[in-house]
Amino acid sequence: MNAMSFETRHNLSIGLRYALLILIATIFIFPILFMVMSSLKPDLQMLRDSASLRAFLPVGDISLNNYAEAFERVPIMQFAFNSVFTTSVSVVASLLLNSMAAFSFAFLQWRGKAILLSLIIATFIVPFEVIAIPMLLVANNLPWIGPEGIEIGWLNSYHVQIIPFIADSLGIFLFYQYFRDLPDELVEAARIDGASIWQIYARIIMPIAGPIVATVAILKFLVMWNAYIWPLMTIRSEELRPIMVGLQYFFQLNIAWGEIMAYLSMVTIPVLIFYLALQRAFIESIATSGIKG
Amino acid sequence: MLTAAEARKNAPLWVRLLLPKDAPLYQRNDALFGWLMAFPALLILTVFLVIPFLMAFVISFTNQRLISPNPAEWVGLRNFERLLSVRAFTLEPERDDSGAIVYQDGGIVYPRLRNFTRNNPNYPELDGLREFTSWQSGENRTVILVADVVFLRALINTLVFASVIAPMQGGLALLLALLLNQALPFINVFRAIYFAPVVVSMVVVSLLWRFIYDGNNGLLNNLLGILSFGSIQPVDWLGNPFTALPAIIAMSVWQAVGFHMVIWLAGLQTIPASLYEAAGLDGAGGWQKFRFVTWPGLRNTAVLVLIVITIQAMGLFVQVDVMTRGGPLDATQSVVYQAVLRGYEKQDIAEGSAISVILFGIVFVIAMTQRYLTRERR
Repeated sequence: MNAMSFETRHNLSIGLRYALLILIATIFIFPILFMVMSSLKPDLQMLRDSASLRAFLPVGDISLNNYAEAFERVPIMQFAFNSVFTTSVSVVASLLLNSMAAFSFAFLQWRGKAILLSLIIATFIVPFEVIAIPMLLVANNLPWIGPEGIEIGWLNSYHVQIIPFIADSLGIFLFYQYFRDLPDELVEAARIDGASIWQIYARIIMPIAGPIVATVAILKFLVMWNAYIWPLMTIRSEELRPIMVGLQYFFQLNIAWGEIMAYLSMVTIPVLIFYLALQRAFIESIATSGIKG
Repeated sequence: MLTAAEARKNAPLWVRLLLPKDAPLYQRNDALFGWLMAFPALLILTVFLVIPFLMAFVISFTNQRLISPNPAEWVGLRNFERLLSVRAFTLEPERDDSGAIVYQDGGIVYPRLRNFTRNNPNYPELDGLREFTSWQSGENRTVILVADVVFLRALINTLVFASVIAPMQGGLALLLALLLNQALPFINVFRAIYFAPVVVSMVVVSLLWRFIYDGNNGLLNNLLGILSFGSIQPVDWLGNPFTALPAIIAMSVWQAVGFHMVIWLAGLQTIPASLYEAAGLDGAGGWQKFRFVTWPGLRNTAVLVLIVITIQAMGLFVQVDVMTRGGPLDATQSVVYQAVLRGYEKQDIAEGSAISVILFGIVFVIAMTQRYLTRERR
């Protein structure tokens, strides 16, 4: 014990802690690093490299050929457009619908409000997987006004990917919780000044709801960008398919690993950049959504 | 001067419908606006959450198909019986004319099972059942017969998946949270790294890990080979019925552990520092501080984390769809995978709904357990 000074032992323990932190970090980083590095290599070299640390380094015959080939095999731009379109429309619409409903629950008096709010909270325990199959039947029988008049059936469209997800009970609840904790005087003062209800919502409450808007937007973004099971069941034509379902082309393709890695990198890197830029907000939204209830 | 009740009686219908009973008439604008603003979200939730949820129950008692020329008919509990019927049946050995047991190749000879399960009028309750498993009991053989071998496999796999992953992922997440919950420079960098896989799609993760688990050139086999100096032979992780489900579990933990780590961290930050100081003054060491300060403060977080992981695990689908399609030998079949396979690919909405109802029953019990465990103590 006395052989080492307190300071040496302290430094040693700090060093050990960092060593442990870094070791664990490699477990999380290396698979992702491997994906990106492999996407730059020809298949044969990738297989050879996977037996050594070279698997995680941009060495050897580096090129973007895999990306070019992946573009040729699959209409990536179409899939990417579909995902960007359905995701951004859903995020914007869900912010509007969920916040309006929450505003009404938090600040306005109307009959049946309390029961509806507790029903909304009760739906938290219904996982999407439970309702996916009957939802398919609902979507198959809903009317839609198309170019040729009224059509029955929503399958194989953009709206079937968007509309079911533009309101969700978690989003309403997160907004409601935030609004409920705002001081009542805010709304009362605006009422005395003669502001209309819509003005109170749009000019006073929403401008100060920034943090919760970010939370709901990020959660919705992750759900929509990563959507898989629902578009898998509802979308048949290639030109409407979102990016994760587009990956199906590669499921049975065990040979062209370089191309697969290129495609995986393409769909993942934008999300990772987005995440790293807004890291704190991402992590806080997850923490907020997890601690509800 | 009218009383409030009289004024209400004379008001238009919408006012009487929307205005709370005890609210004055001048608030009718509030009531109308409140209802209008909530309406779009409530409509969507009704059509795409409440109705499908109720329909799942109704359809599971019919023979509804996604597209069918014939109207659906009520079939009672048939869908559930087809999925869940389980019977134990004892086979007695074949005996010769003197009553002695017949042996062949050193084993007892039994009558063939299909004599009982195929149109045997003496055993109507066994008709159509298949062998799930069997074992020897004395000279008899006990056979577990089920109506749907694949679904029962899926149900057992999913329950195993959930009950292994909940303590494993929850525990590892807590260890990571404790490791990160210290004031060191750059600690947020590590938090960001550990959390990163959470934002990566499970489809992407599953495809990537198919290469990591590959039987020939997979990264995992190479790593194990190097670490063991070549003494560990390569394993086809996803092609072997004994390793496929554990491999999916390990990958799922890797992807999601950061999520629950963040929830633990939030829980840790609610424990006041003064408690640790007090414990330190009383001479508590690191383990004692964890045991008597940290852990009691995390009780509700612990229940929440375990329940959330369990409920998410019951929805196991993407990993199976991308990596194994239920194989090898049904070792990775899952409840939701079967629901989608039957409800969507075979268009048998009724059976898919029955599976959904069974799934909801399990999730409901889990959620109620959470309510019970975190109830307010008086």
